[in-house]
Formats: sequence, C-alpha cells, structure tokens
Amino acid sequence: MIMAILLYVVIYISALVFLIACTIRAVHYARLPLHLRWELYPVPHEEPERAKHGGSYFESTDWWKKPTPFNLLGELKSMLPEMLLQKGLWEFNRRMWFVSFPFHFGLYLIIGSTALLMATALLTLLAPQFASGGSGLILHYVYAVGWLAGAALAVGGALALLVRRLTDKELTTYTVPADIFNLLFFILTLGCLFSGYLLQRQGAPGALGLARGVLSFDTTLRFPPMLAMGLAMGALLTAYIPMTHMSHFIAKYFTYHAVRWDDRPSRRGSVLEKRVAEYLTYRPRWAAPHVGADGTKTWADIAMSNPARGVKK
Amino acid sequence: MKKEKLNLSDMSKPEKKPLVHLENEDLMALPAPLEDPAKDHKWTPLSKQVQEKYECFLDDTCVVSVPQPKSRAEEEELVKKFLSGLEKLFSKENNWTFLQPLLLTMEHCAKCQTCSEACHIFEASGQNELYRPTYRSEIVRRLYFKYVKGGGLISAWQHGDVKLNWPLVARLIELSYRCNLCRRCAQTCPIGADNGLVAHELRKLFSQEMGIAAKEIHDNGSMLQLKVGSSTGMNKEAVKDNIAFIDEDTSEKTGVEVKTPWDVEGADILLIHNAGEIMAWPENPGAFALVLNAAGVSWTLSSELAGYDSINYGVWYDDAQFARVALKHAEAARKLKVKKIVVGECGHAHKALTVIADRLLTGDLNIPRESSMTLLRDIVMGGQLKLDPSRNDFPVTLHDPCNLVRLMGVVEPQREIVRRLCPKFREMEPHGVDNYCCGGGSGFEIMSGNNFPDWRFHVSGRKKLEQVLKVFQDCLEPSIPKYICAPCSNCKGQFRDILAYYDLWNQNRIFYGGLVELIVNAMTDVKPGFIEWEWR
Repeated sequence: MIMAILLYVVIYISALVFLIACTIRAVHYARLPLHLRWELYPVPHEEPERAKHGGSYFESTDWWKKPTPFNLLGELKSMLPEMLLQKGLWEFNRRMWFVSFPFHFGLYLIIGSTALLMATALLTLLAPQFASGGSGLILHYVYAVGWLAGAALAVGGALALLVRRLTDKELTTYTVPADIFNLLFFILTLGCLFSGYLLQRQGAPGALGLARGVLSFDTTLRFPPMLAMGLAMGALLTAYIPMTHMSHFIAKYFTYHAVRWDDRPSRRGSVLEKRVAEYLTYRPRWAAPHVGADGTKTWADIAMSNPARGVKK
Repeated sequence: MKKEKLNLSDMSKPEKKPLVHLENEDLMALPAPLEDPAKDHKWTPLSKQVQEKYECFLDDTCVVSVPQPKSRAEEEELVKKFLSGLEKLFSKENNWTFLQPLLLTMEHCAKCQTCSEACHIFEASGQNELYRPTYRSEIVRRLYFKYVKGGGLISAWQHGDVKLNWPLVARLIELSYRCNLCRRCAQTCPIGADNGLVAHELRKLFSQEMGIAAKEIHDNGSMLQLKVGSSTGMNKEAVKDNIAFIDEDTSEKTGVEVKTPWDVEGADILLIHNAGEIMAWPENPGAFALVLNAAGVSWTLSSELAGYDSINYGVWYDDAQFARVALKHAEAARKLKVKKIVVGECGHAHKALTVIADRLLTGDLNIPRESSMTLLRDIVMGGQLKLDPSRNDFPVTLHDPCNLVRLMGVVEPQREIVRRLCPKFREMEPHGVDNYCCGGGSGFEIMSGNNFPDWRFHVSGRKKLEQVLKVFQDCLEPSIPKYICAPCSNCKGQFRDILAYYDLWNQNRIFYGGLVELIVNAMTDVKPGFIEWEWR
C-alpha cells in the first residue's frame, strides 16, 4: 500500500513538475523581446510558387503594397515531416537519422500509447461496461503493441546513440557526462518498464489496471517491483527532461516560428513597430567608447549619434 | 602545432603557439586545373614581428591583430571585460536585438554535428576541428552556463566545463573571424540552432564591450563611412566627380548619353550603390544609369552622408554601428521624399537595409526598401529594352550571394534575367538558397592584413572555387571566355582576388562581373561589347 502511494505521489508530482517547467520555459522564450529579423529561406508559408525555390515576397515589386503571404498548408507540409520523421536529419545527416529517428519515433509511440491507455482507463472508470466490450479489447491491443514497439525502437535508438556518442570521434569532443547519463536514463527506464510488463506474474494488474489505479489513486494495487521501478524512473525522467536541452521540443517551436520563418514585415503603425519603439527606449551599458552607452542614453539616442563626428544629429 | 585531434580545452592553452596548422595537402581536393596540391601556392607565414606583437596563436593567420597585453594584470582586466560583455549579450536592455535566437542556440544544441557538413570552411579545411561550426559555439555555450547561468558542479556535469583565461579570449577573438556568417549551417540544423549567429554575437561582444574589431570593417569601414560618407573614403564631392566621369565613360563606350541624377526630390527611387562599385567596377553604376534611364525610371542618387554608399558593415559585428548607418540610409531617402529605396548589387546591403533594419526603422523612417534584382527583372522581362541574347553567347553561371538569397529569399528575379539573356547559362550545384558562400562574406573580402588572404583563398573561398571549376569543366580552354555573374560587390571582390590568385583568367579565361552589365551587353541600342573581357 505504501509503495503504491509513494509511486502515485512520484507520478503526480513529476507530471506536475513537467507541466510547470515546460510552461516556464515556453513562457520565458515567448516573452523575450522581438529580435531583429533573422529569417532563413526557404520559408514554407510563402506563396507555393515561391516556396518551391525558397523565394520570398521580396521577389515581388512593391511588396509592401500587397498582403504578406501566409500559406498555412505550406507550413504544415514542411512541419509535419520534420516533426514526425525528422526530415532535416534525413536530408543532412543520414547516419545520425538512422539512430535518432528510431529513438524519437519510439518515444512518440510511447507517448501516444500512454495517452491512449490513460484515456481508455478514464473511460472505463467513467463507464465500466466499456472495458468488457470489443472496442476496449481493440484499444488494449493498440496501446500494448504501440507501447512495446515504441519501447523497442526507443531503447534500440538510445543504445545506438550511446554507442555513437562514445565511439564516434566527431561526437566525443562535444559529449558531456550528462549526455551519457540521459541516454542511460532512457535505456534503463524503458528497459525496466519493458521487462517489468513482459515478466510480470500471472494475475498481476495489467496496463489498464495500473492506469486505472494511477487515475483513481487505488492504494490496494500491488505493483510488480520491476514495473514499479520503471514507472518511478519514468516519472522522474519526465520531470527531468524540461530541465535539460532535451526540451528542444519546446525550443524548436521558437527556433522555427519565431526565428527561421519569422518574415513578418514591420509596417508603419503596426504592433511590431510599436514593440520596436519600446525597445528603442532601453538603456544599454556596452562599454566600448564608440558605442557611447553610458546608461542614460537609449538605443534610439545611440543610433542617432555619430561617433565619427562627435555630434548627435 | 598539432595534427592530432583538437580538444575544446586546447583553446585555453597558455603557450603562444597556433593550435592548428594547415598544409595544402590537408585541404579539400580541387578539380582540374587545380587538382595537384603540390602545385598550389605556399602560404605566406606570419612574420616574426607580428607574432611577437599581436595575439596570433589560433591558426596560420591573424585578422584582428589584438596587441599582446603587457602584463598579467592587463590580461585579467581584458578577461573581466569579456565576462562583462558576455553577461550583456544575455540581457534584454543590452541585446534585445538578438537575445531570443541566441538563447535558443545556447540552450538547445544537440551536438549532432549535422551543421558541420554544411559548412564550406570546415569542409574545405579538410574537416579541421577548429573550423567545425560547433567548436566555437561549444566554447561559448560552456562559458554561458558557467558564468551567465551561475555554473557549479552540476552545471559542469550537465553542460561541460572550460577554463576561462586570456589565451582563450584572445583565440576566441580570432575564431569569431573564421566564419563567413553565411548561416548555411543554421539552415541544416534540425533544432534550429544557429552557429553563425554565435560568431556574429561574439564579434559584437568584442566590438561593443572591448572595442576590438577587425580594422577593415570598423576603423576603415563603418567609422569612415560615418565620418566622410563612404568606407571608400569618398566624400560627396569626390563621389559626384567619380560618377560624372563614369557617366562620360559609359556614354562614350555605349554611344548612349548617360547622365546620373543627383538629389532629385520626389523621385520614385533612391538607388544606393555599394560605393566600392564606383571605385573598383565603374561599369556597374554606369550600366545601372544607362538601364534606368533607358527604361524611363524616375530615380536619383543621394549625396547625403552615407546616402551614396549602401555598405553597412555593422551588420557583421556591431549593432550600434549597424543602426547608425541604416538610419543614415533611411534619412537620405526621407529627405528626398522618394517613394522607395532600391539597393544596388550588394548582398550584405540588401540584407542589412531591407531585412534586418526592418525592425529598427520606425515612423517616417520606415520607407519601403526593395532589391534592384526585382527592378531589373521588371525592366528586362517587361520588354522596356531591346535585347539580343546572342550578344551574351558565352558560358555564364550565377553566383548566389548568401545575404541576398538564403537570408532574404531573392532567388528568381536574377535568374529570370540570366535565363532570358544568356543562352549558355548553367547553374552551379548546389545553388539558390542552398548555395555556398563565395568565401569573402562577413567582411573577409576586404580584410587583407597579415597573410589573411592566403587563408581566404585556400580555405573560405575553396568550396566556391570548386563549384566554379566544376560548372565550367566542359569549357576550361582559354579560347572560350566564361562569366561568373555575381550580383554583389563583396562577392565580386572575392572572385577577382581568387581568380587572380590561381591565375584562372590568364589560363582559363574565367571572368566575373555583375548582373546589370549582362543586360547592357545585350542591349541592341548600345554599341556591342560592353563587357570588355579585360582583367581588372
């Protein structure tokens, strides 16, 4: 009973930490000032005929007299293969793709299957007759197969990544202890869950039973030790991810949408222009004499000054 | 000097010895006629005097030439300044301009090295570790976590450690000038991290906090431009004289009267050339004037301070200098009440004024800005000129300036012109937004101190040279003149220098020039032979 309580507490706290930490990180990035334009082409939300060759609205005469193009379909066509299949890695670093893709896709399968399992568990708690129906059985096979396939892919990918991190001269210079730890953390966690699930004794609660237990805080459940360890490690891993560079799933939104593809022009009187006007009131403190930032001058003052002539225009 | 693997910790080595040394045999192989590395030029070694006077112990060359500190105390003071600048890079008051992309790059690189193969410098160097895009970034990343984020044992375990001392800072200064800022690496990063930006931000830190920058882009660049109006040193009287001479020369050469309008209030277009064109390639502004006049365009040049020189070197190293020059360009346009600014054939000026300055120019300084590529495309494709493509019946290839293409998305207008006017046009591979930098980007083309040109020719320009040789491989014989169309002043300078270095004009008749020259060369209303095929 104590073990079940402890496990539930760890799972709930970890989930909470994950959500809070991800939110903090995302909000932090989102609230940073609008930077100077720094886009990279191709920008996929350009008009399709331009996006094909990587062109921009700057190819159009008097572009400012026309609406700024935004082709959502084009953006989705670029985003989805990148998110699901790591298209960029496939194109530019095929060797890495062969180890990174199974790892990431395995994680997607695990996350998807776990979400499906939890949804099924919630459904059976709300409508118990659902569990005994045919659709319940089908769902059981879907998340079980999805989870096991995902775990096999992710563990295989993580092992391959680990081997590359330790042996590939291109990577070793840049590999830090945490990189090794992170991969081992995944391998051990998924290994415990995988073997704990497959090797559990007869009569032990199945995945659905465990999920129902987690949702209903059922302290009567007896968790097989290996599975309990796997669940606890999984929970801790979930809480740990947003504290590391592995939270690049958050960063990637910003690097793509707020930097690489951010081609919004600053039109007169626009919100963008107003934000820039605010930043121009910031008072920098760069120390080089030619900048002339003494802490009292604003960015606008500095931009309007001329160090070569020693006078402010 | 070592051939064994370079580690990150080597950057902190106190010995004043270069970390790496390259031999011609180490470099990426080139196609014919430069396939034999033994026949390649030997590198000029750094002089003993330079080595004793300046901090030149990164590699075989030295571009910034920071004087050696006289004492340990001075070294410590410089390290303190560096740390102070590093902190400022991560504060919004000091660096709102690039804080978001910089933070994302610092905190999320997966160190997968996908970017490395995209980097022409890394590849051309024979994959030398020092030039790997992540090498520089990883040092900065470790310093960021250690000194800006508070560091500690857990941080060192999580992000790695690096010893901060003056040798490391001195080497970083030089290393920030071993990247063309072409951002091809960023284009391939699966996460969206940007190692080019890291080099840019490092240069900025050194300039804005420590007052250290390559003199060609600061003292003789943006400062001179802000002082007299142009980094060429031309004041408004000199530039008007030179343009008058160009008008006269172009008129004589083409048989068409050419007159460049100056300071025409209310003109539709303010055209701003890279003033380097006026000095080095006068046929370019001459051709522009001829084409615009022939097409009946309402246009003018400005004689305001910096209004006649589109260069903005601040874009490579200093936000304050960048903003000042961008403002001068906009002010010149505001004063003349033009409808729009058109940027001449200069890649970095395109990006600086049209793209990056877009979030600096507010209110009545937010004047529409456009590329000359679209203007010329409209003139050529709109049938406003009588053109005969057979006048351009020689092999032509098109170089894509990174700033114009990958960083601005102006890809097709210049191609439409070349396809229309050059029957023997062929593309380099890869091209368009996947192009390779000419090797002179980010100011390298104008940096000629010490033996830096040797590095520029052997390393940073090597990949583009390979592309040029490959694209003309079927017509290398000197009886066939070949033309690299480079619609960018800096790129042209790099082609001029590297073609001369390898004697490819004399031996193989590989020539270079701008886009507008090809247009005038095809105009039937002008005397034939505008492109003179004379080396200069």
